[in-house]
Amino acid sequence: MPEQVIISARNLTKRFGHFTAVDTISFDVMRGEIFGFLGANGAGKTTAMRMLCGLLIPTSGEASVAGFDVYKHNEDIKKNIGYMSQKFSLYEDLTVKENMELYGGIYGKDKKYIKEKTASILKELHLEQEGDKLVKSLPLGWKQKLAFSVAIFHEPEIVFLDEPTGGVDPVTRREFWNLIYEAADKGITVFVTTHYMDEAEYCSRVSIMVDGKIEAMDTPAELRKQYQSASMDDVFLKLARKATRSE
Amino acid sequence: MKQFLSFVKKEFLHIWRDKRTLFILLGMPMVQIIIFGFALTNEVKNSQIAVLDQSKDAATVSLIQELNASLYFDVAQQLTSSSEIEAAFRKGKIKMVVVIPQHFGDDLQHNNKASVQLIADASDPNVANTLTNYASAVIMDYQNRITQQAKLPYTIKAEIRMLYNPQLKGAYNFVPGVMAMVLLLVCTMMTAITIVREKEMGTMEIMLVSPMKPQMVVFSKAVPYLLLSVVNIASILLLSTYVLEVPINGSLVLLVGESILFTLVSLSLGLLISSAAGSQQTAMFISLVGMFLPTIMLSGFMFPIENMPLPLRTVSNIVPAKWYYIIVRSVMIKGVGLKDVWKETVILTGMMLFFLTVAVKRFKIRLQ
Repeated sequence: MPEQVIISARNLTKRFGHFTAVDTISFDVMRGEIFGFLGANGAGKTTAMRMLCGLLIPTSGEASVAGFDVYKHNEDIKKNIGYMSQKFSLYEDLTVKENMELYGGIYGKDKKYIKEKTASILKELHLEQEGDKLVKSLPLGWKQKLAFSVAIFHEPEIVFLDEPTGGVDPVTRREFWNLIYEAADKGITVFVTTHYMDEAEYCSRVSIMVDGKIEAMDTPAELRKQYQSASMDDVFLKLARKATRSE
Repeated sequence: MKQFLSFVKKEFLHIWRDKRTLFILLGMPMVQIIIFGFALTNEVKNSQIAVLDQSKDAATVSLIQELNASLYFDVAQQLTSSSEIEAAFRKGKIKMVVVIPQHFGDDLQHNNKASVQLIADASDPNVANTLTNYASAVIMDYQNRITQQAKLPYTIKAEIRMLYNPQLKGAYNFVPGVMAMVLLLVCTMMTAITIVREKEMGTMEIMLVSPMKPQMVVFSKAVPYLLLSVVNIASILLLSTYVLEVPINGSLVLLVGESILFTLVSLSLGLLISSAAGSQQTAMFISLVGMFLPTIMLSGFMFPIENMPLPLRTVSNIVPAKWYYIIVRSVMIKGVGLKDVWKETVILTGMMLFFLTVAVKRFKIRLQ
C-alpha cells in the first residue's frame, strides 16, 4: 500500500501579539500512523493541534487535514476528525448511551448506526451493564476509555488526542493504548500529544517541539540512535534542556 | 436540523437530571407571586396607636371612637401626660400618637377651629406616612359629619376615582414586576451559567471541533429555557388571575407575545454574559448584580422612576425590564392594545437584536 499523506503542514505559524507560539513548523503524517507530538508545557503543542482541528486560524503557513485546507475548508475538516481534550469530555449528568446518542446526532449519524455502534462499543469495553448509568458514577479510567470511543464514534479519518492519559494509572494507560492501536488498525490516523515518554515509544513516529519549533522528528528507535540515548526520556531531556521559555 | 435536535434533547436532559434546580425554576415564580401578593403589602391594618386626650369632652370621645372603629387603627393605650409619648414609642408597639389639646370641644364649637397633633414613628417612613394619611382622612370624615349640620357658604368636595385599580391593590403592581423578575432570572442567569459550565468542563471545545456551528450550540441551549419560561408565564398568569384576582384586561395573546419577546431579550442577555464570563461564579455574579438589581431598582416596579434624579432616570432607559414592566401593566391592567405599546415593543426588539448581534460576534472572536 503506497503511503498517503493525511496531515501536512508547511511553515505553519501562530502568533499571539508578539509571542510566537508556533514557529514555522513543517511535517507530514501518513494515513494509519500513530503520530506522537511531544514537547514540554508551553512548547506550542496544543496551539499547533488547535490549528489543525480548525479551532484556531494560523497566522501564516499552509496546512491541510484529510485533504482539506485549514483556511478554506475547516468545516469539512471538522466532519472528518475526532477530538479528545485533556479535560474530560463527556457529559457527566448524561448516561453512557445518551452521550453516544448525542455525539452520533451531532455528526449526523442515523438511529440505526447509533444503536449498532453503541452496542459494539459497550461490548468491546465490557461495559454492557453500564450503558444506562450516569457517566459521573463511573471510575476515571473507564470514563477516559469511553471518551476515546466517543471521539471515534463517527469513524473519523483522524483522531486528535490532547494529553488523553493525564491523571490515569499505568494499567489503564496501557489499556488506553490498546484502544489506540485498535483504532489505528482500523485505519484511523492518530495524532496524540503527551508528555509521558514511555507512551512516546508506542508511537510510529514522534516529533519533539521546543519553543514553538520542531527540533526532531523520526521513529522512536531512530531518535534514540541519533541522540545516543537509552530511552525516549533521555532524548527528550537532551532536547528540552535547550528550551528558553516555560509556561 | 438533526444535530440541533439531538443537542436540544441533551439540554433538556441536563435540566431534567438536576431536579433541585428544576424545582426552583418552576417553584420560584409561584412562591414569589404568593409572597408579593399576600405578605408584602403597603396597606396598613390595625396599627396600634396611643391617644393623649387633654380635653376629655364629648367631641374628643367621639373622635377617638371614630379612629378606633376604623380598620386601620387600634387604640391600644391612653396616655395621661406628654412625657409618656416618648416612652410609648420606645416600647415599639405604638406606631402613632394622637395628641388632642385642652379645650378641643370648646374650640371646635365656639371658635370654629381646633387642632389635633399626629406624632408618628418615622423610623419606618412609609408606614408613618400611610398612618398619618389615614388618620387625617378619618379626622376629615369626622369633621365633614359635624359640618353637615352647620351650613358652610362654599365648599369644594373632591370626588376621587381610582381608575384601573379601584381598590388600590398592591398585586396590580407586583404581578407585572414578578413576571419581569422571574423571566429575567430564569433566562439570563440560567443560560449564562449553562454555557459557561460547558466552557469550564471542556465540553464546549468538543462541540467547537464538531461540525456543529457554534451559533447552533448556543441557540439550542436557549430553547429549553424558552419553554420553561412559557410554563412560568402561564403559572404566574393563572395564579394572579385566580388567586390574587388581578384581571387580564387586555388581549391575552398580546400579553403572552410580549412576554416571549422579553424572554428572548433575557436569553440574548444571557448569551452575552456567557461570552464575557470565564467561570460559573462570574456568570452568576454578573447576572445577579448587573441584571437582577437594576430590574428591581430601576424598572419602576419597586420605586417610581418619575421621582428619581435625572441620571438614574436616564440609566433606567437601558434596563429592559422597565419597558416590559410598562407593557405588562398597560396590557394587563389598563387593557390597551398593541397600538399603545408599540414604542416599548420596538425598544425591546431593538435591545434583543443588539444583544444577540454582540453575543454572536464575541462568540466568533473567541474562536480566532
